[in-house]
Amino acid sequence: MVFDLAFIWAGLIAFAVLTYVVLDGFDLGIGILFPFGKSEADRDLMMNSVAPVWDGNETWLVLGGGGLFAVFPLAYAIVMPALYMPITLMLLALVFRGVSFEYRWRAEKKGLWDVAFFGGSFFAALCQGIALGALVQGIEIEGRAYAGGWFDWLTPFSVLTGFAVVVGYALLGATWLILKTTGDLQVQMRGYAWWLGAATLGTIGIVSIFTPFQDPIYFERWFNLPGSLWSMIVPVLMIALTWTFFTGLNDQSDLRPFLSALGFFVVSFVGIGISFYPMMVPPSLTIWEAAAPDSSLAFALVGAVILIPIILAYTAYAYWVFRGKMDPSEGYH
Amino acid sequence: MLDGFSAEILARFQFAFTVSFHIIFPSFSIGLASYLAVLNGLWMRTRDETYLTLFNYWKKIFAVAFGMGVVSGIVMSYQFGTNWSVFSDKAGPVVGPLMAYEVLSAFFLEAGFLGIMLFGRERVGEKLHMFATAMVAFGTLMSATWILSVNSWMQTPAGYSVNEVGQFVPEDWWQIVFNPSFPYRLAHMVLAAFLTTALVVGAVGALHLLRDKADKEARRMFSMAMWMAVIVTPIQIFAGHEHGLNTLEHQPVKIMAMEGHYESHPEGWAPLYLFGIPNDEEQRLDYAIGIPGLGNLIFEKPLDYPVMGLDTIPDDEQPPVGIVFWSFRVMVGLGMLMLGLGLWSAWARWRGRLYDAPWLHRACIAMGPSGFVAVLAGWITTEVGRQPYTVYGLLRTSDSLAPVDAPAVAASLIAFIVVYFAVFGAGTFYLLRMMNKRAATPKLGLRDGPIRTAGITPAAQVDQDFIPGA
Repeated sequence: MVFDLAFIWAGLIAFAVLTYVVLDGFDLGIGILFPFGKSEADRDLMMNSVAPVWDGNETWLVLGGGGLFAVFPLAYAIVMPALYMPITLMLLALVFRGVSFEYRWRAEKKGLWDVAFFGGSFFAALCQGIALGALVQGIEIEGRAYAGGWFDWLTPFSVLTGFAVVVGYALLGATWLILKTTGDLQVQMRGYAWWLGAATLGTIGIVSIFTPFQDPIYFERWFNLPGSLWSMIVPVLMIALTWTFFTGLNDQSDLRPFLSALGFFVVSFVGIGISFYPMMVPPSLTIWEAAAPDSSLAFALVGAVILIPIILAYTAYAYWVFRGKMDPSEGYH
Repeated sequence: MLDGFSAEILARFQFAFTVSFHIIFPSFSIGLASYLAVLNGLWMRTRDETYLTLFNYWKKIFAVAFGMGVVSGIVMSYQFGTNWSVFSDKAGPVVGPLMAYEVLSAFFLEAGFLGIMLFGRERVGEKLHMFATAMVAFGTLMSATWILSVNSWMQTPAGYSVNEVGQFVPEDWWQIVFNPSFPYRLAHMVLAAFLTTALVVGAVGALHLLRDKADKEARRMFSMAMWMAVIVTPIQIFAGHEHGLNTLEHQPVKIMAMEGHYESHPEGWAPLYLFGIPNDEEQRLDYAIGIPGLGNLIFEKPLDYPVMGLDTIPDDEQPPVGIVFWSFRVMVGLGMLMLGLGLWSAWARWRGRLYDAPWLHRACIAMGPSGFVAVLAGWITTEVGRQPYTVYGLLRTSDSLAPVDAPAVAASLIAFIVVYFAVFGAGTFYLLRMMNKRAATPKLGLRDGPIRTAGITPAAQVDQDFIPGA
């Protein structure tokens, strides 16, 4: 392991993507669960629970993309054309999801934007999962460009990862609502969380079984003893989180299911990292091959080191301001 | 449907389409964020409820416009990769970090404090709320700064070298960020955003003054907007002129296209063409009407200074002249109308009839969208004018393209067109409907109160017409 600028930046990009996944994950999850809201008042509460923070959450996606452009321009230049369709569909879905927050309050027929909020959230999640699956499968490169076709991303495996992410986001959304609401809505979400938790763990399991067969290197990472012993920390942590998740639901805990669900994502992400390293774009582009020149990495790192802690501080402050249970009587701005 | 078009032309059209839609929203939200900060500051200082009412009114409008800007902006940050991957690989090491700084120093700031600005006045107290409002405004300006640095570097590259795989490698970040056209472009764009917002606010104020000249919020916003129009327009015209001189120095071919100068004038006395039909085939300006010599004077050159034309430039290094020539004239023409509007309002104010000048108010409503048109025309001038390059003089547009097949680009282009017209069309409709209501309307959301038919002013408000002092 070489601890240099490119490695630090790979860590920072991974951090941005993970932060995006867990934060916008519960926003999108609420969108996915939106049709199950039993009344207009419940749906208002569901959406309002993230209205002050969703925009900041989504900005991590821009940092993931913009950061990749800045510090791994070759990876960005190869991955984006390879995932042309799912990325474009994701962007369009996010358009519908994003505008629904405000439009819903300005339209005569809110139903239209309820559907847009659900559809946008669902397809954004699906496309993100498909993109992940396509990346795990590996991307064909020739010279400095993508060399495959424009439907290479579509395989049973990528569809599977797509649905895994939809289910996982819905779980994050349900557990977030357990944290933020009371009464019937909370009871309803607690009920959903059982099934969603089981489904999330099940799909993670299935994806994990198939992943090592996508690339011999992955297989070696996970099944080549004794080197792969370190990798075993991932399933062990997953089992521990499963326990905290279900006992948390059982104990009527508001916070534990949410934190455990976040943990599922963090641990899965670490698992993907173990498979990928040292590749930026499997199967053949490494972090160091993809990295921009050091002068770019160093310049951008100065900003990241100063600004990311500040961003985390005021983001935490914004969450703190809007902490606690939702007040149903508080209207929109 | 789009058969027969090359992947390049489709990708260019898609970028032009998505970026044109996108720029509309920041042009408005940059100015409006600053206006909101001013309104909130004035409310805290004077405790005049009119300012608070105006703040709450424009805040709701800002939220909708800002949301549209965010979602259309995310598309841009990925489109460099999906459609212009060779450009991304080559120019990424230089422009990428600037965009990363934009995300880190601007987008997070806006998004992080937007929630507090919109929802948090009661929760955090007035002072922190003011701070959040100021941070949103500051964030929009930071965003403009970085992205204009990126665009300016692509127009006037500096501070780089080229490595063995053809990537632009940063050598001097100071020169990259403060490249030769950046200060001019930044000033021109930020002033344009302020002016665009002032024209919208002025039009909304004018609309409500026409209905009720005693509407005190309408009077206040109209007055503020007209001060902006009369003060900022001359500054903007000066900034635009300086920007033009800078372009003449660094991108003379663009100026030739803007001016319709196909032919050289080695003896000087170049005409300033007011009208003409550019004919790229024949390389001449048909039906030209020009004023001899003014083409020299406008660029602060002596009358006998030689002025070179497109006849000195190979055909494959020329931009499409017609688009550049006409979009430039649209922008300048609208600028002159804005100047006229500002002077008219100053005259009405001096006569004490600012709130009682129906024709001025009607003119303001007509000019309400003119800022957006001028911004688009200006961007078309500068972006089409730098063709056929993405990085000026160094990387051709045709060499910047991603290896994506034409059918895929055609499909995404159609999807963007359909979705953008539907979604942003609806958003524009909602914005106009909110603007159609008085600032003092307690709730602008239709679901927040009884539904009223849009466009009908409640009788009680019409009765206020005879309030003394109106």
